[in-house]
Amino acid sequence: MTAYTATVTVRLKRGVLDPEAETTKQALERLGFELEELRSADRFEVDLEADSADDARERADEMAERLLANPTIHDYDVEVAER
Amino acid sequence: MTVSIIRFGGSNCDRDAERALAHLDIDAEIVWHEDGLPEDTTGVVLPGGFSYGDYLRAGAMAARSPIMADVREAAADGVPVLGVCNGAQIGCESGLTEGAFTTNESARFQCEHVYLRVERADTPWTAAYEEGEVIEVPIAHGEGRYEIDDDRLAELEDEGRVLFRYCDENGETGPDVNPNGSKHNVAGVLGDRESVAVLMPHPERATLPDVGPTDGQGVLRGFESEASGV
Repeated sequence: MTAYTATVTVRLKRGVLDPEAETTKQALERLGFELEELRSADRFEVDLEADSADDARERADEMAERLLANPTIHDYDVEVAER
Repeated sequence: MTVSIIRFGGSNCDRDAERALAHLDIDAEIVWHEDGLPEDTTGVVLPGGFSYGDYLRAGAMAARSPIMADVREAAADGVPVLGVCNGAQIGCESGLTEGAFTTNESARFQCEHVYLRVERADTPWTAAYEEGEVIEVPIAHGEGRYEIDDDRLAELEDEGRVLFRYCDENGETGPDVNPNGSKHNVAGVLGDRESVAVLMPHPERATLPDVGPTDGQGVLRGFESEASGV
């Protein structure tokens, strides 16, 4: 078994309104920053022991499918690194 | 007949639902989620509130609690299930109904009275109304914007699965009378069966005459019609 960190990033699908990101963008503009667009995402760092990187990825995928992301509104990706 | 009102950690409209149902002479009891769904339950209310602090997403945690497997099973057997506000979010998160209720377009919590247009009157939840009737009920949510893939929404509309839409007092819908940015002003939808429904507005807060309009009574009477076999 090897120690891995699986990083799951959950973001809204393209085209789904993100009012919190819009509010954040406006706040940055009020501070004088110039920007075109801002997108937000949730990042989950999952430490786990697995036989291989593929195994760790598979388990993190299932976590995303079953809880961390809502497939109706979210896309997600998983990155795995040895710890 | 006893309707089960499921109390999760952070539910806060469970007692409102109990009082509203009692006012309509519908027998109901509050059931703690860890106790499981009573076998002889004749209906299920998923009440409003902030279950599990809305952690991750509103309704996400409660939707995955063991009692929801019982609720899904009961729903598949035809037991009427009504999700209100946080209960609607739980209903969508658990797959009882399609779509998602997410952050309001305003990014703010909104607590106000709204008008709803009854899209169908041939369901247990709307049998007390006429199709196209306008009812007044309150909303109180930060994450009530109905979101779903456009194509799937069109299919649900074709299947008659949209139960209520936000509208003005004359029943006209549109962006100006959409309190949260919901797609096509959707406020409530049906599940696979007409006996399963979720909505963001609070019919139980528009039932007791002492607290204002009573237009919500008809929704709760959905439990009554089921019990009497109508």
